[in-house]
Amino acid sequence: MKQKIFSHIDAAIADVPDGARMMFGGFGGAGFPNNLIQALARKGTRDIFAISNNCGTRDGELGILFKLNRIRHIIASFPGPHSNHFQERLAAKEVTIELVPQGILCERMRAAAAGLLGFYTAVGVGTEVAAGKEERVIDGKRCILEMPIHADFAFIKAEKADELGNLTYRLAAQNFNPIMAMAAKTTIVEVEEIVPTGSIDPESVMTPAIFVHRIVQAKGIRYAG
Amino acid sequence: MPDRPRLTREQIAQRAALELPDGAYVNLGWGIPNLISDYLPAGITVYFHSENGILGMGRRARAGEEDFDLVDAMKVPVTLVPGASFFNQADAHLMTRGGHLDVAVLGGFQVSEKGDLANWKIPGAKGSGGIGGAMDIASGTKTVVVCMEHTTRDGAPKIVRECTYPLTGLRCVTTIVTDLAVIDVTPSGLTLREVAPQWTAGEVQQLTGANLNFNGTPPEMHLK
Repeated sequence: MKQKIFSHIDAAIADVPDGARMMFGGFGGAGFPNNLIQALARKGTRDIFAISNNCGTRDGELGILFKLNRIRHIIASFPGPHSNHFQERLAAKEVTIELVPQGILCERMRAAAAGLLGFYTAVGVGTEVAAGKEERVIDGKRCILEMPIHADFAFIKAEKADELGNLTYRLAAQNFNPIMAMAAKTTIVEVEEIVPTGSIDPESVMTPAIFVHRIVQAKGIRYAG
Repeated sequence: MPDRPRLTREQIAQRAALELPDGAYVNLGWGIPNLISDYLPAGITVYFHSENGILGMGRRARAGEEDFDLVDAMKVPVTLVPGASFFNQADAHLMTRGGHLDVAVLGGFQVSEKGDLANWKIPGAKGSGGIGGAMDIASGTKTVVVCMEHTTRDGAPKIVRECTYPLTGLRCVTTIVTDLAVIDVTPSGLTLREVAPQWTAGEVQQLTGANLNFNGTPPEMHLK
């Protein structure tokens, strides 16, 4: 059976290629895979196509990757008031962004996870986000077609993993993490603690192991924003 | 412009708090709406929703009790009330977009007479702007209350016939609470429900970029 646990974080991400499409969990400083992001910065991966709610907090979270100019395009909902490195790269035209309503960002990733090829929504009708999208009327409501968002890799953060990859999250730190775990081809999770298989009550599993491909214990940076 | 006191941001929040029915599930946006939880009338219990996956948010955490895995959508450490629950961001927005919340209170840059809302980007402002949860919330929530100043700093009306700022949603606003008035968006246009103390309906109309309907003298804005 394939071993999912990596003892060294750099080994867990060694095959992430330049140009990879990557999801990064986290919201409001909580649930960011900060140690995986730092490892990616060390590795030097370039031309990343990123998908994340926001665009970094100063040097923290995705900020370091914008500072080092490693991200070429990002799909995000709320870049954030301290996304200074992103804003500088954007002004210099070194990065492009697709701004997406937050719940639609979630659902587009869920559609990818669920094998759906798109969905119609009233969110964004008549706004900038409707530009270029197919519009139709369903049940008397104007709506637009939204397409799935896939990724090669998801970097996520959980509290606990068992050796199989069943995950639990802490408080409001789950946010985007369980969704991204389902939507990427390869999901890499950093956790506070790895416990023996069977020691997480099946009723308490929040992300089933089928969605988790690599596990690394990382206690270094918890909050980087 | 008449030189008379307008409501403070805290008073706008205080008035908007009266729009929340007992037992309601409520999302509060950035800015003035975020002040509302301090002004709930006695005897009213509401459950605050946060788009990062919390239902039943309590007051802000005091110094020493902060847990940075327990923050609101503005990244402020908060507490929970008994009966609170956590869920992921998709389910949090399923609640907003799917019409499961009772009320959302949002900030606004402009509201049109049809209830269109612009609240996420100022034209010409530097940087990318950010949508966040506003479009999902505005699209799906049954009652959307917008709290804002009645005019811009330069005195231009923020309640207008057509929004000129980038839109958040079409025909989504139910009620507008400003520092001068409470206004309802109805199928027949805007209805002036209440006017700030010492102001007249005619004066409020002059500072509004769309027609306000009212009969006789609308009552004074109810504060506490």
